[in-house]
Amino acid sequence: MKRFARLFTSLDQTTRTTAKVDALAAYFSEAPAADRLWTIALLSGRRPRRAVTTTRLREWAAERAGLPLWLFEECYPVVGDLAETIALVLPPAASASKATLAERMAEIRALATVDEPERKARILNAWDSLDGTERFLFNKLITGGFRVGVSQKLMTRALAQATGQDEAELAHRLMGDWRPETTSYHALIEAPDPAADLSRPYPFYLAYQLEDGPEGLGAPEDWLAEHKWDGIRGQLIVRGAEHFVWSRGEELMTDRFPELAAARDFLPPGTVLDGEILAWAGDRPLAFNALQKRLGRKSVPRKLLEEAPVVLKAYDLLEEGGADTRALPFAERRARLEALLADLPAGLPLRLSPLIAFDTWDSLAETRAASRGLGAEGVMLKRRASPYLAGRKKGDWWKWKVDPLSVDAVMVYAQAGHGRRANLYTDFTFAVWDGAALVPFTKAYSGLTDAEFRQITAWVRKNTLQRFGPVRQVTPQHVFEIAFEGIQESSRHKSGLALRFPRMARWRHDKPAAEANTLDDLRLLLQRYG
Amino acid sequence: MTDRARAAQVATRTGPVGADIMANRAVRGAADIARGAGPARHYSWLMARDPLLSVTEKGIYCPEGDFFIDPWAPVPRALITHGHADHARPGHAAYLATRAAAPVMRHRLGEIALDTVGYGEARTIGGVTVSFHPAGHVPGSAQIRVERGGEVWVVSGDYKTVPDGLSEPFEPVKCHAFVSECTFGLPVFKWADQAEVMGEVNRWWAGNRAAGRFTLLGAYALGKAQRLLSGLDPGIGPILTHGAVEATNAVMRAQGIALPETVQVTPEIDLKAHAGALVLAPPSALAGPWARRFRPASTGFASGWMALRGVRRRRAADRGFVLSDHADWAGLNAAIAATGAEKVLVTHGYTSVFRRWLESRGYDATIVETEFEGESLEAGEGAA
Repeated sequence: MKRFARLFTSLDQTTRTTAKVDALAAYFSEAPAADRLWTIALLSGRRPRRAVTTTRLREWAAERAGLPLWLFEECYPVVGDLAETIALVLPPAASASKATLAERMAEIRALATVDEPERKARILNAWDSLDGTERFLFNKLITGGFRVGVSQKLMTRALAQATGQDEAELAHRLMGDWRPETTSYHALIEAPDPAADLSRPYPFYLAYQLEDGPEGLGAPEDWLAEHKWDGIRGQLIVRGAEHFVWSRGEELMTDRFPELAAARDFLPPGTVLDGEILAWAGDRPLAFNALQKRLGRKSVPRKLLEEAPVVLKAYDLLEEGGADTRALPFAERRARLEALLADLPAGLPLRLSPLIAFDTWDSLAETRAASRGLGAEGVMLKRRASPYLAGRKKGDWWKWKVDPLSVDAVMVYAQAGHGRRANLYTDFTFAVWDGAALVPFTKAYSGLTDAEFRQITAWVRKNTLQRFGPVRQVTPQHVFEIAFEGIQESSRHKSGLALRFPRMARWRHDKPAAEANTLDDLRLLLQRYG
Repeated sequence: MTDRARAAQVATRTGPVGADIMANRAVRGAADIARGAGPARHYSWLMARDPLLSVTEKGIYCPEGDFFIDPWAPVPRALITHGHADHARPGHAAYLATRAAAPVMRHRLGEIALDTVGYGEARTIGGVTVSFHPAGHVPGSAQIRVERGGEVWVVSGDYKTVPDGLSEPFEPVKCHAFVSECTFGLPVFKWADQAEVMGEVNRWWAGNRAAGRFTLLGAYALGKAQRLLSGLDPGIGPILTHGAVEATNAVMRAQGIALPETVQVTPEIDLKAHAGALVLAPPSALAGPWARRFRPASTGFASGWMALRGVRRRRAADRGFVLSDHADWAGLNAAIAATGAEKVLVTHGYTSVFRRWLESRGYDATIVETEFEGESLEAGEGAA
């Protein structure tokens, strides 16, 4: 575990990409295979489940540190991270553990199988043999919250550097439903690519946001455009007699969308489609929260299937007849996709995402402006000649979203952030006027600069009216423009509304609280766009 | 209204002595909450006689000596614990500080009417006796002891209990009432040994030099910078300084404090001749254009706040070194215990939590609102 802690420290201590890759590559070259496997698993988000409740951990940590629980609880929001708070308050370790990462992970997995007194004894024992970073990491691992500032892409690059293997091939190997408990480093990284692994998806190609207009992209005839749908990205694989549905977060979601099983009957084996999964009714998508209900459940009751049926709007073809087509130009892949889906029966939950005809950027701009009326959130631009790349790459794929909706709202509550934002007030609740009363309607966390967060933090400290645990009610004085992508009815919120992707577009220093928007203004937006 | 009259009025308003403890608790709790909402500046310490010290709009005030300690608004007579900007402010008619604090105060405040005393030397002012005792915070820093007929109060200013090799080491002073900071008054703050931290700094510097990088180290210009200097290994390479740091170096060297050789960064400096140098500057300078000439470079900060990973990451520095001129949790608790005081008044830091902790340990603990800032998280602020 010491070696892993050193790796974590070097990754944590630098903001330079090359330094991170070098540190990882050095680790992959020298760590034992079992540790390498666990490191790959942890850095690709394959964390062990939480082995113990955080309530128990707090109690045990306070007890071990000889502190009253209330004092421990006061420390937590200041530190902003439970694992770190525990690591900091505990007394120094009495002994030093020599356990490797893999051995430590085995112990952590075993925690779930023992009763609570035994679990407590083992955790106290571990705390007493770990210091500093190791103790912090152990806590992160038992609370299931392990994260480090390294993308899977960087990790893959480092692995390629250490092993001399091709980066793209490694990225493909690391996709899918493998678990460190059931495979080995050799099987995952070195063994001949098991063609048997029918379920393995391709890494998704992600678009960049187009900030200015498309004029800088060159001639319109070099580009194809589609609507940008507000669903979840999905990859549909039909291989052998089976089918698989993967989310962009590499989660296998086959069972969540039983409708898509029909693909097995209509697509030839060796087909992989990339598209958007949407809850759909008639000629337009349902609101995102209809889809969200489906995402929340592993098995779907019949009633929900009827209320929120899903379709896959396909927009790319990654594999045809068992052959990888990603290197072909997009126009060619698109033509093959159209041919493949041409003769499907109309009722099938498998549709082509239609192309938008346009010959000038101006005409495309008009289509984009009308997106919201179609239930889309803008348009996608893809270069005709572009291959299907892995990850977020600039140049060939762009999302050109409609301008967000926005309202001016008054900040009424503030809460300190966590992790990097501990000690800063960054999580705010906003309200609009309903007559003479302010009705809270959304929270927002992002959109301000660090300097603005510092400024508002100093103000919150001086203008707190009441405290509710970590939440402070503040003088209703500051107005912020809240931008959002959609608005829906919601019975869970006091305002009766829920926003999609709310964030702070800017701090309206120029506007007094009395001039913020009203609940009626929001209801009007709901009527028009909900 | 004179400050004396105001203090007396406050004392009256605060109510009878020996009031029910539970009632006091409730009042304090309410005051905690009210602090955010409105002005609640007036506090007095509930003592059998008129309190020896109380807080007015201008600062900590002693009615019987008619002087203030570290006031934040201009007053006729100010006793100053140390030269940091939130404790030694301009505009007072007369100043009293230790001899060792005087050079820095003159440097920062210019022409002031400054009288000095040695550590432990007693002075009578009005009806009270005052003396200054080492606080271990920065060179020249002091706790101020105020005595009236056997009743002793100590205002500790900023302090740390571990010796840093540069400041006069902290001396516990027995008292009845102790006015304490609690900048790092939470049990998550535990300082490592200074030698260990300086070892980390030196290894980082040596590594940077070997890799052909400059080492940019951010630290407050008065105190922290010199403490770092005295722990750096000049054998590794040249040490460059920002003008603000160098000015304080010059003042301290002139009063006989030994510091390693430094070269001030000027527009004409030949950086090739100083490749691999360590550059010591205030944090604000590292964030601005001044620092851009040093490339490539690795950046680090030295502060007690670097104990928290979130703070380290928010600064986006390569390294954060946990080094503070304030007492950590254990230091605060040990210092308070060593005074033998029953009454503790906490001035700045995690005051409401620390007050509650002290109360649970049997102290009569109160929060007093001051304008002291403790160790600032942000670049460019005056306190340290």
